[in-house]
Amino acid sequence: MNIDGVTTGIVLDHIQAGKSMDIYRLLKLNEIDNSVAVIQNARSTKYGRKDIIKIDQEIELDMDAIGYVDPNITVNIIRDGRLEKKEHLELPEMLTDVIRCKNPRCITTVEQEAVQRFYLADRGKKIYRCVYCDVEHSE
Amino acid sequence: MKVRNLIKITDLSVKEIDEMIALADEIRNDHDGYMDICHGKKLATLFFEPSTRTRLSFEAAMLELGGSVLGFSEAAASSAAKGESVRDTVRTVGCYADIIAMRHPKEGAPMIAAEGSTVPVINGGDGGHFHPTQTLTDLLTISRERGRLGSITIGLCGDLYFGRTAHSLIEALLRYDDMKFVLISPDELRVPRYIIDKMKAAGAAYEEVSKMEDVMPELDILYMTRIQRERFFNEEDYLRLKDTYILDPEKLNGARSDLTVMHPLPRVNEISVRVDDDPRARYFEQALCGKYIRMALILTLLGIKKEAKQ
Repeated sequence: MNIDGVTTGIVLDHIQAGKSMDIYRLLKLNEIDNSVAVIQNARSTKYGRKDIIKIDQEIELDMDAIGYVDPNITVNIIRDGRLEKKEHLELPEMLTDVIRCKNPRCITTVEQEAVQRFYLADRGKKIYRCVYCDVEHSE
Repeated sequence: MKVRNLIKITDLSVKEIDEMIALADEIRNDHDGYMDICHGKKLATLFFEPSTRTRLSFEAAMLELGGSVLGFSEAAASSAAKGESVRDTVRTVGCYADIIAMRHPKEGAPMIAAEGSTVPVINGGDGGHFHPTQTLTDLLTISRERGRLGSITIGLCGDLYFGRTAHSLIEALLRYDDMKFVLISPDELRVPRYIIDKMKAAGAAYEEVSKMEDVMPELDILYMTRIQRERFFNEEDYLRLKDTYILDPEKLNGARSDLTVMHPLPRVNEISVRVDDDPRARYFEQALCGKYIRMALILTLLGIKKEAKQ
């Protein structure tokens, strides 16, 4: 399969196979003007299979949101055909407006325009808890 | 100056808690010296959920400091009934009062309120989540009764799942050395996992048991809690569990002579009234401590100090 290289833009590499559309929706990539390529199930020496997203435009990325979905993603910033920057992500300490609290007793379920904030309670187990009610987030 | 709030007990350092306990003791010993210290200051009590003890102890605390109080005692009597957000209510009340004490059925409501407030906000209980002024009350009581905080074996008994007083107290005591927690509850009402995680992280000793009698002899403190009807979605579950643990003189026979029995009150039937005259029953003294620690808290958050005597 032949997909053009990115001249100036972003390549999200090493996405866990099957997670690329989660990232696509999270970053609202359907709303940008330039071309976006989503490659699923590409061969990877490191992971066996992986997904890749190529964005033909430099956009502001919510690194926390990407790191939350998959902290193993590598973000490559390409400018004029050259790799300008390579960023390795990790699980963010805080998440703002990435996930929603599902605890029916939490104030954020009723308060107008409440910001959804979560803190990383256990890095090893990837457990996030709501800042307001401390209830663990479940998918 | 940055506004100080009290949303959860860990908003206060151990040093600040120790100072507040010392201040509460000083107020109790020098009542006249503090009787007019908050003259001209107003406390708003915003109670979106009914309460007797917490609201009245806040109001008594402010009145005894020479300040005045305003507020409401149920959501129906506030603009919340019209759909006003917590943030807006508190921002507005901040125009009329110098400090706010609030209780709300939703967890995290006081934190959201404090984020938009221009005056100090005190959490007077948010759903089944936290109740830090009860915790301060408990710490003052423990300090007075045992002469120390730390190196204590405390049994917490009853509804440890919904019981916010138990959660806050555990978190507060985890910051003191050599604590042992004996968690006495039916399987359905065990402490939530996040509290267990915190105990593990702090390296505290704990055990979960379902029978009170077995552990009675090892306790310094027995902290009883009510099975709370209002926290159940299902009346059947409430009725099945409410009589699980009742402390009576017979059960106390197995306890040490210097045990301290505490209860945040109100009780339903989990402590027999026959226990009230036992010198180990300290829950009404605990209620009195609640007023003094709230006096100390109001002074601390308002930054008011008694002038040194000339």
